[in-house]
Parts: sequence; structure tokens; C-alpha cells
Amino acid sequence: MATGHFIEGIAGGRLSSEQYADNFSDLHPPLDHHEALVEADRCYFCYDAPCMNACPTSIDIPLFIRQIATGNPLGSAKTIFDQNILGGMCARVCPTETLCEEVCVREVAEGKPVQIGRLQRYATDVAMGEGKQFYKRAEPTGKSIAVVGAGPAGLAAAHRLARHGHDVTILEARPKAGGLNEYGIAAYKSVDDFAQAEVDYVTSIGGIDIQNGKALGRDFQLADLMRNYDAVFLGLGLGGVNALRAEGEDADGVTNAVEFISELRQASDLSSLPVGRRVVVIGGGMTAIDAAVQSKLLGAEEVTICYRRGQEHMNASEFEQDLAAANGVTIRHWLQPKRVIAENGKVSAIELEYTAMSGDKLVGTGERLRLNADQVFKAIGQSFVPAHLNGSAEQIELEGGRIKVDAEGRTSLAKVWAGGDCIFGGDDLTVSAVAQGRDAAESIHRALTSNGRA
Amino acid sequence: MADIRNNFIGIKSPNPFWLASAPPTDKAYNVERAFKAGWGGVVWKTLGEEGPPVVNVNGPRYGAIWGADRRLLGLNNIELITDRDLRTNLREMKQVKMNWPGRALIASIMVPCVEESWKAILPLVEETGADGIELNFGCPHGMSERGMGSAVGQVPEYIEMVVRWCKQYTRMPVITKLTPNITDIRKPARAAKAGGTDAVSLINTINSITGVDLDNFAPQPTIDGKGSHGGYCGPAVKPIAMNMVAEIARDPETHGLPISGIGGITTWRDAAEFMALGAGNVQVCTAAMTYGFKIVQEMIAGLENWMDEKGHASLSDVIGRATPNVTDWQYLNLNYIAKAHIDQDACIKCGRCHIACEDTSHQAITSMVDGVRHFEVIEAECVGCNLCVNVCPVEGCITMEPLAAGVLDQRTGKPVSPIYANWTTHPNNPMAKVAAE
Repeated sequence: MATGHFIEGIAGGRLSSEQYADNFSDLHPPLDHHEALVEADRCYFCYDAPCMNACPTSIDIPLFIRQIATGNPLGSAKTIFDQNILGGMCARVCPTETLCEEVCVREVAEGKPVQIGRLQRYATDVAMGEGKQFYKRAEPTGKSIAVVGAGPAGLAAAHRLARHGHDVTILEARPKAGGLNEYGIAAYKSVDDFAQAEVDYVTSIGGIDIQNGKALGRDFQLADLMRNYDAVFLGLGLGGVNALRAEGEDADGVTNAVEFISELRQASDLSSLPVGRRVVVIGGGMTAIDAAVQSKLLGAEEVTICYRRGQEHMNASEFEQDLAAANGVTIRHWLQPKRVIAENGKVSAIELEYTAMSGDKLVGTGERLRLNADQVFKAIGQSFVPAHLNGSAEQIELEGGRIKVDAEGRTSLAKVWAGGDCIFGGDDLTVSAVAQGRDAAESIHRALTSNGRA
Repeated sequence: MADIRNNFIGIKSPNPFWLASAPPTDKAYNVERAFKAGWGGVVWKTLGEEGPPVVNVNGPRYGAIWGADRRLLGLNNIELITDRDLRTNLREMKQVKMNWPGRALIASIMVPCVEESWKAILPLVEETGADGIELNFGCPHGMSERGMGSAVGQVPEYIEMVVRWCKQYTRMPVITKLTPNITDIRKPARAAKAGGTDAVSLINTINSITGVDLDNFAPQPTIDGKGSHGGYCGPAVKPIAMNMVAEIARDPETHGLPISGIGGITTWRDAAEFMALGAGNVQVCTAAMTYGFKIVQEMIAGLENWMDEKGHASLSDVIGRATPNVTDWQYLNLNYIAKAHIDQDACIKCGRCHIACEDTSHQAITSMVDGVRHFEVIEAECVGCNLCVNVCPVEGCITMEPLAAGVLDQRTGKPVSPIYANWTTHPNNPMAKVAAE
């Protein structure tokens, strides 16, 4: 009887418990004290540092690294948290290779940037490990603000608002706070229940009440919030998953990658999590990579990512693509799904069509390819679901299918701000969501207190 | 192939690299290892009077400062002279010299400042077959409290007196080791020369506290909550040592007096620099104590390669070559004008040149040009100070380019004068010498 990788169909228990533990251990293990000092010494303390300018939250990177080098990790953590209260998670999940580390002058000079992300994790780990709180709440302002969504944008906004002395209520649809940090990041990027630990760290400033299981449009309406609170911040994230638009995609075994990732993150026993022997992932972004790599780590024999354009068009960074390749994932380009083939209602193969550019349009060439598969993951993007906002009397203005905001995060409704993936013009990064939540909070504070004076 | 054999006051060694009198040369075991590694000579760790040996502290003896990546830059010690029995040291020295006749073996000596003490020890040392003696007038800690070491080296009259006794009671060449813990190194050097010394060696270590334990508020190294100053050495002291070597080399009263250069020598280049300033050979300690004896291989090969490349056949082609170019500030050519130049291909855009110049100097380097991060020298502001060169992490990226005579200096709006002119004749100098009629 076939065992392990070679069990047909979608099955759990493909690996030994040691293999699961090993496969899902920390992708970038933390730097120890010595490693952190050696790495910190590499920083040149650049003027107007490119890394700092590349950081969506504008963390003063040269300063926090210098503080590590001089034996002041707590001061370093404060430098980070001043700009980014979710600096711990960002240290783990930021695509640093396309942000701070890409522009590090050491990258330019030697092709080896200072490991900014890992240094940031070192400093924030020290502070969070000690439970060190750097911020005290200002005198109560008597203002109360509703934050919808306990993801990175909502948490960042809530923390900043609480600091300014406002009372914050976070309404979160899911059973746990954290948003994609809790439900959407590959498990090996956030081990040891870090997302929850970070939520606890952020909320321990006080004045933040998180109510789980409260969904906009189901349990409350935007109009209620506008009536009952002095201001509202929407950090809704993206609720919808784009369809394959391939024939037969309703077959058993065709799953949204985000759901798979979320299940995996919440699984208490990875061996109970079934995965196909042959997995095909459709998409070219981080979600595709996360789903593919984790499928492989769960014991799938064969995992193929199919992306409809070329390698250079993939949203997943080069590092992520290499990570997938290193884990034995095959990435195939210029292929779009046409038909899911099922046997007895279960997926058995997927038929794809080769694509090519015709002028600036992507077209199918007519040539077909069939890949055997017992599991297919859809990772071709998520979309904002505006339906839940419709309960409000006034309609919130959208742009490109997402909420339209100005530079400060103000929506078209007077008392409503928004940030994170649900707004138009973002880049769908955790760190950007934090920046938007923080900046919207400052804007709310200014609006409620006549330019910041209570 | 360049010949790096060394003849220092008649003492021959296969290369100019000696180990200085210090812990690495305290006993036969270490010295044998040093000779096997290739060191040209050693100055045996300082011998004291016959009788009960000195005792050392039993806690930390060394303190240090570090650069990036914990590279040791400066080392400080509170160890005293050898704490082994004199007879043991003499016996081992004799054996080692017999085993290694081609290497230089010098005995460092420190006994009380009385004639009898010197008279007593010199024949014992001579009997070992040592090639020479070095008078330790430099040790700044411990022994100096007992009237020896730097306590002697700080009083030129004592130096002259002791050197004279040594020249009187031994045929061995005498090297007088000087302390840098004085205001004018030329005075003790002149005194040593007056006493008849064959050579001077310098520098010994510098009074120092390398750190303070901020939990206990005690200087480091800390012995049971207290600390005393130690002797500082290593790469950090090299500039101080080179200046002192040059001062003696160019002093008309001591010019030509052989010098054994000591102070932070770590690479062949350091050694070459000391010799160019007038040292006839060099002594090394901290580098060996940091990396082990093997470093001498780099020194030997590096010196040979450099000499070959430059066409220097022997050490005499190098020694003292830079001495005539060491002068006083007042004789520097004020009409020499240089401007910094940034090689844009080598620039990694860290911006340190800009911020150093902008915050602390002459606002002569851009940070942004046409909205693009770009670092370029503004010649109209550049005074040629060289700070940017020194803070740039990329060697050779920023260079100082002299302006040719006749070229317009954009800062002053005047063409560069081809005429050498220094402060002594400068119109702003109230003491300016007027040209003789």
C-alpha cells in the first residue's frame, strides 16, 4: 500500500511528526546575540538612508541597527515601534528583498545587504520577550472610535488612537484578532503563535476592546457605527477570491488558496491536514507561493504553480520564487487554466492553455496541456467585497473596486477613515497596512481634537 | 627578489620582524614557536633582579577596545616583568640561542636604578650568548611605582646614567627602550645617545584606562572592584608611535641613531611605514597576541612583494626614506591646493561623505542632484580637508586631486600659484619673515 508522498488523492499523515515539525519551523531562525552584533556592525549608518526611505512605515533603520550594535536593544525596539507597532510581524513577513534590503548600500556594493529584517526581529523580540511597553496613554479624551477589522491596519490604528487617549472598539468578524497575520501568512513565517502574542502586546497599552465574531453587514451596520462613535476606521481587508473562470471549477478538490493557508495556520495537528499527492496552484503571487510551498511541506509528491504570464511578471518576489524552487515546487509560466477534469466529482487533472503576448494583450495560443492533479488551489487574487458596506445610509465612494481614500486615509464619508488592503492604491503589504492605519489614526486624532490639542 | 635580511646595530636577523619584550617572549616554549613561525628575532620578556621574582595580579591583566566586528584595536595590560626565576630565564635563553643561532635574541632588562644592580646582572645575561640588551625604561605600570620602568624613562638624566653603566659593564649592544608617557620624546632619546646607547626602541605602552564597568563603576580590567592604569598598545597607538619615531629620526641631535620601531605594527605595510620614517627594524607584540605567530608570514611576504614591485633591493633602500618629508606645519606649502573627487562608479551612495561635510565641515558635497541621490563635490566650497576620504567606506572611491598650477581654484576665485609659499612668509603671519635684502 502506498504511503507518505505516494498516497493517491487528498490525504493527511503523509509525514512523520518530526518531519512536520521540521518543515514548519522558522523560515529565518532568529539571530542570536552574537549574530545580531556581527550583522549590526555591517551597517554604514547611511545619511538619508535608502533603506529607511524604502520602508512604507519609514522606520529609522540606521538608528535602530546602531542601537543594537551599542548594546541597547530596547532603545532599538522603541525606534522601530515608534513608526511601526507591528514591527515584530513585519520583521518576519515583509518582503525585505524588495523593500529595505533591496536598496541597502551593501546590496549595491556587495550583493549582500545588511539583514535588516532579522535585526528588526532581534530587537523587537527582546522588547516583547520582556513585555516592555514603551507607550503610555495620554489623558482620556472622552472620544470613542470604532475600528472594523483587527488586521494589521486596524491594530496599528487602534494602538495609535489608544495612545492619544481615545477609547477604541475593534469589531472583528473572525474568532481571532490579527487578520492575515493570524490567518494568511505561511506558517513557517510566523511560528509559536506570534500573531496572537503581538495582538496581546499591542492591546496591552489599554483602551482597546476587541470584539470577535462581529461582522460588518451581519452583526452591525456602518450607519450604526457612525451614529454611536466619534469616528470609524475601516480595515476590512479583502473578502473575495477571484474565480478561475475555468470549466468545472466547482469539483471537489478545487480550493481557495487563502482558505487552505488559513486552515493550516489554525490546525493544531498538521498531520490531520490533508493535501493532494499532485497539487496544482494557479497564480503568481505570494499566496500562490505560500500555498505551493506549504503543500510540499505537508508531503505532496508533486506541486506545480501555473502562472499565465512570464517569470518577470510574477508578483511573488524573486526570493519567494527561489524559496518555492528550493522546496521542490515547479513553477511553470505562460499557462492559463481552461478546464478542471473530475472523476466521480473529484478533481483528477487540470487542462491548461498556453498563452502568449499579442501586442500588449495576453492571448491563448490554442495549445493545451494536461496536468494530473488531485488538488487545485486558486490563488489568482482577492477582491474587495463592498456589499457589507451597503447598510449605511450614505454610500461610501469606491475606486477600482476598493474604498477611495485621500492621502490621510479619509473616505468620502465625513467620520469614516479606511486603510489596509480594502483601500484603493495600496500594495497589499502588511507593512503598508500598518502605515495606513497609523496615519489614519493621526488624521482622526487631528480631526477630533482640533489639530491634535485635546 | 628583495633582500629583507636585517642588520640592526650589528645584530643580524633573516627579516626585520622581531617580537617585542612581552608575554609572547616570556619563555622558551613560546620563543621556539615564534622562531618556527619565522620571526627574525625576539626581545625576551624583561628580566628583573636575582631574588624572589615579581608577582602578577591573579585577575584580568588585559583590557581592550574594539572596532566593528569586534576587531581588537587597542590592548592594555597591567602585567609586570617576567614573574619567573632569573636563572630559569637565563638557562632557557642560552638554550634557545644555541638552537637558533641565526635569529636575534635580545634580553630586556629592568633592575633598580643603582649601579650595583646593573653591574650584577649584565655578566649573567652576557653569558647566555644574547645578541644584545634592551633597557626597559618604558613600562608604565607597577614597576614604575618602584622607581623602575617609565619612572626612569621619564627622567633623561637617569637614562643617560644607566645607559652609561651598561656600556661600561658589557660588550653587548645596548638598545634603550623609551616610554611615550612624556611630553617631548626627543629629550630621553638625546639622553640615551649621550649615555652612549647603540639604539633606541619605541614606543613602550601608553598610560591608559580602556573601559569602565558601568555596573560596578570600576575601571577595566577590574581586580576585585578596583583598577589601575595599564599600558596601551595595538593598532590604535601606531600613529602616536610613528610620530615619535619620526621626531627622533629628524632631530639633528639624534639623527642617525638607530631606532627599533614599536607600536601597533600588524601588517607588512605598518612595518614599511615605520621603517620609511627611520626605524631600522620593527618589534611586534599585540598583533601576535591577537592572531598568533603566523602573522609574520604575511609580513615577510608582503614586505618582499612590495619591495620587488617598487624596485627596492634591500631594507636600506627603504629605511628613513620618508624622514626628510616630515616637517613642521609652518613649512607646508600653502599654495598647494587639492580638491576631493568622488568616483561615481565606485560610490555606493551611503552618503556619509555628504553628512560629514554638511554637518561638520564645509558643505561641499551634494546629496541630491536633479531629484536623484547623488554625491558630488562642490569645488567652490571644498577646502580639500580629506574628511570625506576618511569616512568613506570604499577604499579609493574618494581621492584628493591636486590642482595644477594656473588652474582656477573655484573656492578662492584665484589661479593656483606655482610658487612654494609657507606660513613663515605669509602676509597674515604677524611674525612673517621678510625676505633678506
